[in-house]
Amino acid sequence: MTALPSLPTPKKLGLVIDLDVCVGCHACAVSCKEWNTGGYGNALSDQDPYGPDVSGAWLNRIHTFEVIPDGGQIVGEAGDARIVHFPKSCLHCEAAPCVTVCPTGASYKRGEDGIVLVDEDKCIGCGLCAWACPYGAREMDVAAGVMKKCTLCIDRIYNETIDEVDRVPSCVRTCPSNARHFGDLGNPASAVSVMVAERGGIDLMPEQGTRPVNKYLPPRPRKPLADSAPAAAAHDTTGATGFFAWLDGVLERI
Amino acid sequence: MDKSALSRPVSDEVRRTTCYMCACRCGIDVHIKDGKIRYIEGNRNHPVNRGVLCAKGSAGIMQHYAPARLRAPLLRTGPRGSGQFREISWDEALAIATDWLGAVRQSDPKKLAFFTGRDQSQSLTGFWAQQFGTPNYAAHGGFCSVNMAAAGIMTIGGAFWEFGAPDWDRTKLFVMFGVAEDHDSNPIKIGISKLKKRGARFVSVNPVRTGYSAVADNWIGIRPGTDGLLILAVIHELLKARRIDVDYLVRYSNAPWLVVDAPGTAEHGLFARDESGAPLVWETVTERVVAAGTKGCRPALSGRYEVGEGRFAVPSFQLLAEKYLDPRYAPEAVSAETGVDAATIRGLAAEIGRVAFDEAISIDQPWTDIHGERHQHFVGRPVSFHAMRGLSAHSNGFQTTRALHILQVLIGAVDCPGGFRFEPPYPKPLDAHPTPHGKAEHFGSNKPLSGPHLGFPRGPEDLLIDAEGRPNRIDKAFSWDAPISAHGLMHMVIANAHAGDPYPVDVLFLYMANMAWNSSMNTAGVIRMLEDKDPATGEYRIPKIIYSDAYASETVAYADLVLPDTTYLERHDCISLLDRPISEPDAVQDAIRWPVVEPDRDVRGFQTVLLDLGARLRLPGFADSRGQPLYRDYADYIVRHERRPGIGPLAGFRGADGTRVGRGAANPDQLKRYIENGSFFSTHIPMEAQFFKHANQAYQEFAVSMGFFDTPKPVTFQLYQETLQKFRLSAEGLRQPSPPPTHRERIRDAFSPLPEWYRPFEEAAVDREAYPLHAITQRPAAMYHSWGSMNAWLRQIHTRNPLYVPGKICDRLGLADGDWVWVISHHGRIKVEIARSEAVNGDTIWTWNAIGKRGGAWGLHPDSPEAKKGFLLNHLIHELLPPKGDGLRWSNSDPVTGQAAWYDLRVRIEKAEPDEASQPRFAPVARMAEGPEELRYGQEWKESP
Repeated sequence: MTALPSLPTPKKLGLVIDLDVCVGCHACAVSCKEWNTGGYGNALSDQDPYGPDVSGAWLNRIHTFEVIPDGGQIVGEAGDARIVHFPKSCLHCEAAPCVTVCPTGASYKRGEDGIVLVDEDKCIGCGLCAWACPYGAREMDVAAGVMKKCTLCIDRIYNETIDEVDRVPSCVRTCPSNARHFGDLGNPASAVSVMVAERGGIDLMPEQGTRPVNKYLPPRPRKPLADSAPAAAAHDTTGATGFFAWLDGVLERI
Repeated sequence: MDKSALSRPVSDEVRRTTCYMCACRCGIDVHIKDGKIRYIEGNRNHPVNRGVLCAKGSAGIMQHYAPARLRAPLLRTGPRGSGQFREISWDEALAIATDWLGAVRQSDPKKLAFFTGRDQSQSLTGFWAQQFGTPNYAAHGGFCSVNMAAAGIMTIGGAFWEFGAPDWDRTKLFVMFGVAEDHDSNPIKIGISKLKKRGARFVSVNPVRTGYSAVADNWIGIRPGTDGLLILAVIHELLKARRIDVDYLVRYSNAPWLVVDAPGTAEHGLFARDESGAPLVWETVTERVVAAGTKGCRPALSGRYEVGEGRFAVPSFQLLAEKYLDPRYAPEAVSAETGVDAATIRGLAAEIGRVAFDEAISIDQPWTDIHGERHQHFVGRPVSFHAMRGLSAHSNGFQTTRALHILQVLIGAVDCPGGFRFEPPYPKPLDAHPTPHGKAEHFGSNKPLSGPHLGFPRGPEDLLIDAEGRPNRIDKAFSWDAPISAHGLMHMVIANAHAGDPYPVDVLFLYMANMAWNSSMNTAGVIRMLEDKDPATGEYRIPKIIYSDAYASETVAYADLVLPDTTYLERHDCISLLDRPISEPDAVQDAIRWPVVEPDRDVRGFQTVLLDLGARLRLPGFADSRGQPLYRDYADYIVRHERRPGIGPLAGFRGADGTRVGRGAANPDQLKRYIENGSFFSTHIPMEAQFFKHANQAYQEFAVSMGFFDTPKPVTFQLYQETLQKFRLSAEGLRQPSPPPTHRERIRDAFSPLPEWYRPFEEAAVDREAYPLHAITQRPAAMYHSWGSMNAWLRQIHTRNPLYVPGKICDRLGLADGDWVWVISHHGRIKVEIARSEAVNGDTIWTWNAIGKRGGAWGLHPDSPEAKKGFLLNHLIHELLPPKGDGLRWSNSDPVTGQAAWYDLRVRIEKAEPDEASQPRFAPVARMAEGPEELRYGQEWKESP
């Protein structure tokens, strides 16, 4: 069993993901893969990459759900189904069950910034942490036999050899629709905290008691077009004659 | 953790170039470590993507190192389709190609059909084909989006995507019709994000609610092929509500131009013109006809006026208003056909009108119009539109797109703040485009074609037909079949060449087009045509096929000679203003690619190979009088080629010292300067020239200074389209040449000078009860056409493609996820696995485009899910429409432009027994290379933290 650091950590680094603008393009997932396969720890391997049973280790995946509203929420045109694209990676929980379950101390939460990491040298690949994570956010690397997970690109965010503006996770850096934001969710004045407050950011599965640091911003309410339809005109404006009379009046005033 | 472990340099070096994982052409920073690609990220300074990068772009590493890459030139040894080749040297390959091509050029140059697919060098490939002298050249626009380009250029002098963009920073209402999510990818995502942040409304009109549509404020799940009717109903509502910009119409459109009203004569429906050819308007103060644009003129928009010699004419706007005020365009009247309820249509129209006029914006910037009138502000109607394949890929797509541009002009929202804005070198009036070349007198043995292949006929007199009205081109472009096929009809080339109709060819030369698979309709039929031999001679009916691509696609197996291309990271390229530009509304831009890694195999960039072939064939422009090559390679051509004096492929860093922009002498250091600048060039349009470019004096002067034109070329928006009426008059026998009787009804019906909506041809031809459903594809954001399955990362995102079926149809047929169905069209049947979906128009089934692969192609194992479970709708689509009563079969294309009507497909589905694999199933092609069983890319860079 592994202990969590004393909580709250001074910083709570994490992601804020805006479901109102995520178009499900997978840019973040692939950028994550390419950064991290050559970055922290072992490569993110792919098995049977050109064959029938292709699979691989990814630290971030996009899930697509179809939601059929059953009333209550205004969603657009009446009765229409919605697609929600839902990117999912480690949520860097405060009460991280993947840490406390780890038998070797490999899985740990950093005291200074709250990032949940795996020390791959200590990892025995038992998989208990993946079993304990209610979000399915960890993936075993089959080639290395160690558990892989989102590091918040720890080798970017503290990397003094890259421009300061780029010291953000690769997924945030690349997101074309600006749906991903990185910052200190422990600081109520940070841009990400303000965004969460303003948009009503939510915890994923709060009932699990994991207290995730990452937050999701729900889709903004939408207003049906039919609400803008004018009431029936008092008089019929269809006829061309009236139209041209109006037109002549406009032309007079130009 | 050791801090230094977290501060390792990312790479040894960053090389900036341009992406080619789709057609966006984003700037990329390629990190090179130990001679390998460590990481590709978006270039923060690049104007197209501003630092971001999509899934495809980030997967460039796996594209570059894919085992499907070709290694060396190949000469076919087994029968076509077997995939049996031997590797040969470039000397041998180029000698064979020169021999084949030289013989054709000598004997009958039209026997070469040269067609390019995802070509980003059409300015070179077109020039090469012209110097070769064959009339048979085009790129892939005919099966992509020629309807967008032709309708846009013929209406407003520009089109969506590469010729213009929504004013993302100012628009308050954005309406998007049927857009592929693979490209134009990053700019749209960046734009949508900006809109949402500002609280602007985003409306998506699309039968399928994926990607962009998923985040739209309003999704209008329209029935495929009925968008034109929806747009005309919106126009009806705007006219009724008097929500039109009359001042804008008078200034910038042909609304006041007088249309001759003389039924039964050759002038009927044409513009009344003065002796100099200038169109006439009725001046209301002096009550006489004057030339359009006469200073101080106050033209009429309605009435009937005598224009001399007892002839009468009416302002074109009167025809427009009378037509669209008709109750048949009322929302209630179109609701059933479009599947959109009337209240939603009325609400959409009301929002467009409200935002355009009640939320108008103004930029305090004085400017002068082309008539010399000074204005203090740019007035903006902040409603913008974007559209692509969903409108384009229907047989009524040209007129639908015309309708959308007319809507934009009516509310005054073209090139204003907040509207759709042109990107240089557009706008460009129709008369600045060439007419097509390929008449009999335009070509001959051993000489160049007398002008560009592609262009815009101004009337039937510009068609490429013989005295009997038969097509001159192999694809029948610019014939009565498809008179304004401005991009050619690549989708008809193989079928026509196989049938010898209008004639057989000797050499088919293709670049980057997967014609033996997902880029053809009737794929199995096309494969048979490529394999078919003439029993009399034992020779293939299409005798010689040369193909260039970087990857072992399905089409490689059908080539006789394969010229292996490099990847985009190994090559020089230019993204040129002479070609498909990447400008922004505020800036003129172009870009290059350069070899950021060297090829590790015997491959050459296709453009360099084409230059080499040009020199070997001694084509003018490619070899000097002694037969010596004019250019060392493509890089040399990019720098030194001049299309007109001082105008070359690249606009930036011209002149001996690199300070000239647009016009200037060749600069030997030009590519170096581009590379130092991140491989792109951008120059801003002066503020007073940034809007109303079609009629802005400062912009017109800027365009001349840049070399887009040699004299100002303002554009008058063509609401009423006279060229179309000329074809109509020909169809009525009132003008010459006149189409054969077989074509008359079709042309008369399709060439309405004001858009008419008609039912897509396949839907109109088949029994709607027997084939009650539409079947369409969508492009996933993470794949570019067929170009992703050889990529180990991208294929994990889309390994197979289910058929998405609306819930009510599932319930009716007792279908659940994972069940199998037969999908049956008039042409064929496929058996596939389904998934239930509610986020789709109720009469429409759909799947992802081009995920299905032939076993063995693309370096994949023959039992890969792409081959076993993946599938194409192409098997259901025929290149010809069902026979009509007269036995004739028309091309499955738009009758105006020849655009392939991919989305007209009608089907029915029947529940089927479970299966192991989709049908039809094809014998695998030989797998050219087997990749590793495991990838651990980057493992060598691991350091213990």
